[in-house]
Amino acid sequence: MGEIQNLLLIAVGSAFVNNVVLSQFLGICPFLGVSKNVKTAAGMGGAVVFVITIASFVTGLIYKFILGNPNIMGGELEYLNTIVFILVIAALVQFVEMFLKKAIPSLYNALGVYLPLITTNCAVLGVALTNVQEGYGLLTGVVNGFATAAGFLVSIVLMAGIREKIEYNDITESFQGTPIVLVTAGLMAIAFFGFSGLI
Amino acid sequence: MSITGIIIAAVVVGGTGLFIGVFLGISGKKFAIETDEREEAILGVLPGNNCGGCGYAGCSGLAAAIAAGEAEVGSCPVGGAPVAERIGKIMGIDAGKQERKVAFVKCGGTCEKAKNEYQYFGITDCIMASQMQDGGSKGCAYGCLGYGSCVKACPFDAIHIVDGIAVVDKEACKSCGKCVEVCPKHLIELIPYKQQTFVQCNSNEKGKALMSVCEVGCIGCRLCEKNCEAGAVTVNNFLAHIDADKCTNCGVCAEKCPRKIIRG
Repeated sequence: MGEIQNLLLIAVGSAFVNNVVLSQFLGICPFLGVSKNVKTAAGMGGAVVFVITIASFVTGLIYKFILGNPNIMGGELEYLNTIVFILVIAALVQFVEMFLKKAIPSLYNALGVYLPLITTNCAVLGVALTNVQEGYGLLTGVVNGFATAAGFLVSIVLMAGIREKIEYNDITESFQGTPIVLVTAGLMAIAFFGFSGLI
Repeated sequence: MSITGIIIAAVVVGGTGLFIGVFLGISGKKFAIETDEREEAILGVLPGNNCGGCGYAGCSGLAAAIAAGEAEVGSCPVGGAPVAERIGKIMGIDAGKQERKVAFVKCGGTCEKAKNEYQYFGITDCIMASQMQDGGSKGCAYGCLGYGSCVKACPFDAIHIVDGIAVVDKEACKSCGKCVEVCPKHLIELIPYKQQTFVQCNSNEKGKALMSVCEVGCIGCRLCEKNCEAGAVTVNNFLAHIDADKCTNCGVCAEKCPRKIIRG
């Protein structure tokens, strides 16, 4: 019971309280770039959930058996985390794309252009590094990754919904385009700040 | 840090890189799927605007569909005949003749000529305005509202609001059909570029009711229908329509029209 409760707390914490976009400011580029309409935003969010979940599993494995392994260099290789994770995540996304194209074309078509876009998304790397920093195990790391990505999905879909409505508004010329989107993002971040007392 | 530390770091990162390289290389071979060479070639020929006027998701979507034989070689409305011909060469099919088309707004009710029923101060967007009472502030329920939804939709800057109605720039129009889709009044139609006579009205209102709201509406008097030698003009529901396939551009209908709304 204690174990599951702990996992649930971590999941809620990373999905809402420490929302990856709105309170950690990671993954801003797709958040601003592909949030013009709800459909594409959901596609992007889905792809991020997919990639982060797999990436946190694979990087967890690598940390456990190579970089954080006390038998190799006495576990002093931790400083290589960032560079190795970047390499591994980029390769992983490439591989997943190839695999999906062959094995599950329908999923490949649904995720489409978003998969390669995520390759160097900072949210993916951020989750991998947070897992190591917090000393999460494999299962906890994967749960944390999935929840973080779910938080990303929620915020990008909300953003896209708001942006679709803003389209019709009469906005001062100097605020049109990116400025009003940034203002919106700021207001959303304040709203999400309300979750901070939850845990 | 000692020199061995540096070497070990280099070995770990280099080894990871090497492993990944070999792994990706092998899986690349293993998971390779045959793509049609023609698809790439077609994509190179297409305009690359990704406007979606063809109905597919961007130019790559259309290229795939053409290569698979699902779409015709002339499916790109933007590229028109020249692009169709080049794609035809790639596919080994004769493209046939592709007629250039342009969008045309079937309303002539400018600010002076068509009366407003009430003043509208809402969001300047036709879709929003058309949901107001009586389908918008214009007295004529069929006419152009002039809030420029089509202007916003046009990826080629070919349509503008002039004097309260949308007007298409014939030269800039690529007939992608974006404006046709977005207009809540279904006012915009794609007509052949070379067609010279067209009915600038969309109202199905009877003569008297129409005259009370607009000075330039079609009253359905059938003079054009009776005088057309080619049988290209038909009047249905108090509105004349010219069949582009039959029209010979003789201009008789324009001459005979008592309201001067057929232009020639």
